[in-house]
Amino acid sequence: MTVAVKPPTAASVRAEPCLTVRGLTKRYGGLVAVKGVDLDLRPGEILGLIGPNGSGKSTVMKLVMGLEKPSAGSIRLDGTEIAGWPAHKVARAGIGLVFQHARPLMRQTVLENIVLALLPDSLLRLVPDPSVTEKARAIAERVGLGGVIDRRPGTLAFADLRRLELAKAIARDPRVVLVDEPFAGLTGPEVATFSALIRGFRDEGKAVLLVDHNVKSVSALVDRVFALYLGERIAEGSAESVMADPTVRRVYLGGSIETAARPEAAFKAESLLSVEGVDVLYGKAQALRGVSIHVHEGEFVSVVGLNGAGKTTLFNAVSNLVPHAGTIRFGGQDLATLSPAAIARAGIVQVPETRELFGDLSVLENLDLGGHHLPKAEAAKEREKLYDLFPILKAREGQSARTLSGGEQQMLTIARALMMRPRLLILDEPTLSLAPVILEQLSKALERLRQTTPITVLLGEQNVTFALPHADRVYVLEQAKIVWEGPPDRFATEMGAAYL
Amino acid sequence: MTFPLRGLLLILPLLVVAALLPLGVSGYILGLLTVAYYFAVFSMAWDLLFGFAGEVNFGPTFLIGLGAYGAGILNNRYGIDIPLCLLAGTLLAVVGGLALAVPALKLSGPYFGLVTLVAVLLLQNLIVVFSDLTGGEIGLTVPDVISIDADTNYWIALGFMAVSGLILTAIARSPAGLILQAAGQDPVVAGALGFNVAKHKIAAFAVSAAFSGLAGGLIVFYMGTASVGTLIDTAVGVQIIIAAVLGGRRTIVGGALGAVFLIAAGEILRPLGSLSTFVVSAAALAVILFVPTGLLGLASLRRAS
Repeated sequence: MTVAVKPPTAASVRAEPCLTVRGLTKRYGGLVAVKGVDLDLRPGEILGLIGPNGSGKSTVMKLVMGLEKPSAGSIRLDGTEIAGWPAHKVARAGIGLVFQHARPLMRQTVLENIVLALLPDSLLRLVPDPSVTEKARAIAERVGLGGVIDRRPGTLAFADLRRLELAKAIARDPRVVLVDEPFAGLTGPEVATFSALIRGFRDEGKAVLLVDHNVKSVSALVDRVFALYLGERIAEGSAESVMADPTVRRVYLGGSIETAARPEAAFKAESLLSVEGVDVLYGKAQALRGVSIHVHEGEFVSVVGLNGAGKTTLFNAVSNLVPHAGTIRFGGQDLATLSPAAIARAGIVQVPETRELFGDLSVLENLDLGGHHLPKAEAAKEREKLYDLFPILKAREGQSARTLSGGEQQMLTIARALMMRPRLLILDEPTLSLAPVILEQLSKALERLRQTTPITVLLGEQNVTFALPHADRVYVLEQAKIVWEGPPDRFATEMGAAYL
Repeated sequence: MTFPLRGLLLILPLLVVAALLPLGVSGYILGLLTVAYYFAVFSMAWDLLFGFAGEVNFGPTFLIGLGAYGAGILNNRYGIDIPLCLLAGTLLAVVGGLALAVPALKLSGPYFGLVTLVAVLLLQNLIVVFSDLTGGEIGLTVPDVISIDADTNYWIALGFMAVSGLILTAIARSPAGLILQAAGQDPVVAGALGFNVAKHKIAAFAVSAAFSGLAGGLIVFYMGTASVGTLIDTAVGVQIIIAAVLGGRRTIVGGALGAVFLIAAGEILRPLGSLSTFVVSAAALAVILFVPTGLLGLASLRRAS
């Protein structure tokens, strides 16, 4: 991002593709995660595979690497069909994967971790080969790990752990390198060094596939972008042309979004929830950096941010599920000393993105568990209101939650949370991997909820189409920091371009 | 790579002291230690799977039993010489172990452990059912023994333990052992690095089976008998596992320390009667809960601080 030099692409375009993917499809039960993807990757080229959460981009990467078996389609590496091969065979054929989460051997040194990647797959290597160690040292120097070569990974800084993953990929010397979210969790200068290292792959004539959420983070590095949405290609071409593509803009920013924000002054002056200067560290990665937000009673606030920006962490900090610095107050009360259960009883109900339904219990039983603190008659009344809001749940009343579709499960999760009569409802990515038609139903239900009840909602979303229409106020969370705050109608003009 | 040398320097004096014990210790204690040394090999072989391949084998006694009964039956029924019996027993353990591991390693999660547990019950039942051949619940007696001299038996057990420990440690610390650890810790990453995870785990299982089976055969020709209660029962397997964890996961040598410690502690606490097992188990539980890295882990923590 800090390096904006546009690489020359003429030479790479001429070369024959070394990786050809045709009609690649992956089904998980009824869900089609990848639908007939065609993709070419040439030596000396960096291709960015982008798509929002749930678009299938990670699945494509796993299919190519052999970590998942495709349901249909062909993957050819220099003419050899490798679709369905186990990962170790794919790796030996010449494809390498740089994992997003560094998972080194913790009891071995940095050097030994690199040595591992240099070893042949042999049972009979019982004596260490000094030339391998020398090679490992050279690789460590190249990626900037020279100074920490004898340390254990547990003592390394986050960026160094990422370097170690790159070092392992370099050690395997693959012809095709897949990189999963290359810059996640890195600071500006670190992004520049990593960009240079990845460019090094291209300069050696390797083909590089970067998988990331948006064009912006990889635009300075890639020769070409392939945009994926709901398992299908929606655009392909230069970073500029993909960013200008109307379909891409609609997926990331929504079409013409009608907003109905109520001005902040319409609410009571003091906040129901106030989060001030909250910091969260996951090991060495900073997940939240001085985040401050506030929500008034009756207000609908959206926190918009890509996957990994820190939305779930923020909500978990509010519910005291992760250790954090800074203060969080709810109705004037400091939440620091309260347990997650006490916070829920105080009125903050969180709907996690993982839904956490009781799969073997029926819809009715799940709802009753949500309303177990209410007197019976009250609970029944509340339930009827929710059935009115989500009529499909009434039709499915006796069905076990596991058998519901994804959209129905999401409705049930929200309904169950509402049974607890929250003072503040936190919704974490309710649209995760839902089809557009379901999204619309959910959107209508939320709008009705907002119009007819005094409910206070804090919504975390990467899907702007869903997050903006109901919101009174919007925060943008980017790489652990709040970077923008404002009414939804100003979002597209002020933040739209940056969000792509 | 300097660590193995330092380890050797620490262990060598211990071995020298152990080798000199017959000069000043009663035959009874030597007998206890002889058994302890064979158990030490069981635990070390188990740690290769748990500590390095990342697989919990709940049935170490399945492999031991195959080796022990394979060797014992050949000697008992056909009067074959001890070395050949030991070889056959070891082979049987490896073959039986592979027959179990190859399909079981295709399962993920806790199922490998469950399969190994069931295998023990299966073997136990087979031995009882084919009592003509195996001696059933009464046990199997072998006509030949390695030696009737307590000192000789002791030295053989000590030497066997030392050599086994050396070989297993060498494997664990070799480049192949590094791959095995990677396969155990994160099979996905190991696969993406080009390593055939199943191949390495199966090889580790075969090595573990070979040492377990050979030690099982040797212990039969030391005691002159084999029985389900002393060699195959799941309780025996639990002892082996506790010894390895107590001594220190991923250390190989820790298994030996743990086994000797357990048998010694059981003996020292014998005056407590039936309480002694409880005290030893409670101590083992405390170590597992509070020092999951085991006794050797405790020692290395000291050194680091």
